[in-house]
Amino acid sequence: MIRDITIGQYFPGQSAIHRMDPRVKILLSVLYIVMLFVAGNLWGLLLGVLFGFAAYLLSGIPLSMIGKSMRPVVPIVIFTAVLNLFLTSGDVLWQWHFLKITKEGIETAVFMSVRILCLIAGTSLLTYTTSPIALTDGIERLLSPLKKVKLPVHELAMMMTIALRFIPTLIEETDKIMSAQKARGADLESGGVLQRAKALLPILIPLFVSAFRRADELALAMECRCYHGGEGRTRMKQMKLHGRDLVSGLVTAAVFAGVLLLNRYVHLLPTIW
Amino acid sequence: MKKLIETNHISFSYEEETGLPLVLEDLSITIGQGEFVAVLGHNGSGKSTFAKHCNAVLLPRTGTVTVDGMDTKDEDKLFEIRQCAGMVFQNPDNQIVATVVEEDVAFAPENMGVEPAEIRRRVDEALKAVGMYEYRESAPHQLSGGQKQRVAIAGIIAMRPRCILLDEPTAMLDPRGRAEVMRVLRQLNRENNITVVLITHYMEEAAQCDRVIVMDDGRVLMDDIPRRVFSRVAELRQVGLDVPQTTELMTMLKEAGLPVRTDIIDEQECVEALRALLTR
Repeated sequence: MIRDITIGQYFPGQSAIHRMDPRVKILLSVLYIVMLFVAGNLWGLLLGVLFGFAAYLLSGIPLSMIGKSMRPVVPIVIFTAVLNLFLTSGDVLWQWHFLKITKEGIETAVFMSVRILCLIAGTSLLTYTTSPIALTDGIERLLSPLKKVKLPVHELAMMMTIALRFIPTLIEETDKIMSAQKARGADLESGGVLQRAKALLPILIPLFVSAFRRADELALAMECRCYHGGEGRTRMKQMKLHGRDLVSGLVTAAVFAGVLLLNRYVHLLPTIW
Repeated sequence: MKKLIETNHISFSYEEETGLPLVLEDLSITIGQGEFVAVLGHNGSGKSTFAKHCNAVLLPRTGTVTVDGMDTKDEDKLFEIRQCAGMVFQNPDNQIVATVVEEDVAFAPENMGVEPAEIRRRVDEALKAVGMYEYRESAPHQLSGGQKQRVAIAGIIAMRPRCILLDEPTAMLDPRGRAEVMRVLRQLNRENNITVVLITHYMEEAAQCDRVIVMDDGRVLMDDIPRRVFSRVAELRQVGLDVPQTTELMTMLKEAGLPVRTDIIDEQECVEALRALLTR
């Protein structure tokens, strides 16, 4: 069962969004987040929400996944909403002792909640449609100008690749060690928190020892294959921008422009609030 | 035959300061281009240490090692040497770097700075040579041990080496995986004229090679064709080694007073010898 685990939350697929260049996807995700925070009124925000929704529909990712991605941030959203609701000053609508709700408070609370939820949904779409390896490659190439200021971009990307490569291997190994320790009478399931943490020691120690041994062997194998850092290294897979990358860039830019226009000319539209 | 790897009176010790005990002692071995050599020896005989000298992972304390005319002590030639003599290790899991098979095979040519289109060509060629082309987009952890080891071999072949050094590549594999790896190695040796230096514990594998070197205590004990090496049963036993099962059977029959040859190393020959014995 442990052999078919998926790394990260990648959903393989063939949609236009899946096939987009990872660099473009990363940049557009950033642009989308900026767009959410630039939107100054509900019309603009609505445009952002609809845009994100359309992207999900296009990607073919089941819509239930949006909810799944949002679940972990719900407490944060509630917390910020409550803070905004009670602590924003303005036209008082309701008051009880020191607690008061203002018109502006409700507005900011709704804005912040929608923004955070869209932010999570948008970045989740990126990780749902991009394999971890493509994501790593994309980040490496986007950050490569920073090599000039001595940021070890290639080394960081290499570390990420190796980590991704060894996660399944180490999980399998953990499974083996756990079985071995259970066979020797280790009790991993009962007792209090402290006792259980203590019971994990005989699993963690062999795991660490083996991880170091693996690292040593891997380093030797890499040296034998002429690895000497990022200098002079070429890549088999070249990233090329396609028509769909240009189109998606233009569409996102258009939506962004729409949000900016709405900020300015919102008084021409009927008020929602 | 053209000389490819030559160790000239080398000695080596893992102890930097004392220089004792010597793991390799006055070792001189010459391996020619296109040979298929097995290196045998019990644990601590120095066979892995010898292999690591052949691609400049270790440098000899005294003596010289030359690979295709390059001295392994010459630091400027380090990558050329490693490209010429690639090395495959025992545990396939610990030598695969990337999360996709073809990306891993591309790792070495990428390090060498080969052009992208050329890398693609080499990767496809290498994967086809080891019969793993259909798995090019799989994740390594979904493959069997034998398949992973073949991917590791492809990762070396993509460098276009003249020699592959394998340090017990089949030790962690099941019988089927072992057979797969041996078949690939024989094919690479025959069709691509790649020199193979195979360090192994399995006598049956050594019996399939053209030449067997038996090491003991950092020295060469025997260096001959498998048939002659394995007929020296008593000497092999003395250094903690076995002989192929067929040879063992023939030796026992001989000891029982039957008229058989004891230099039989493969099953087909053994069957024929037994048939001849029974229909006598």
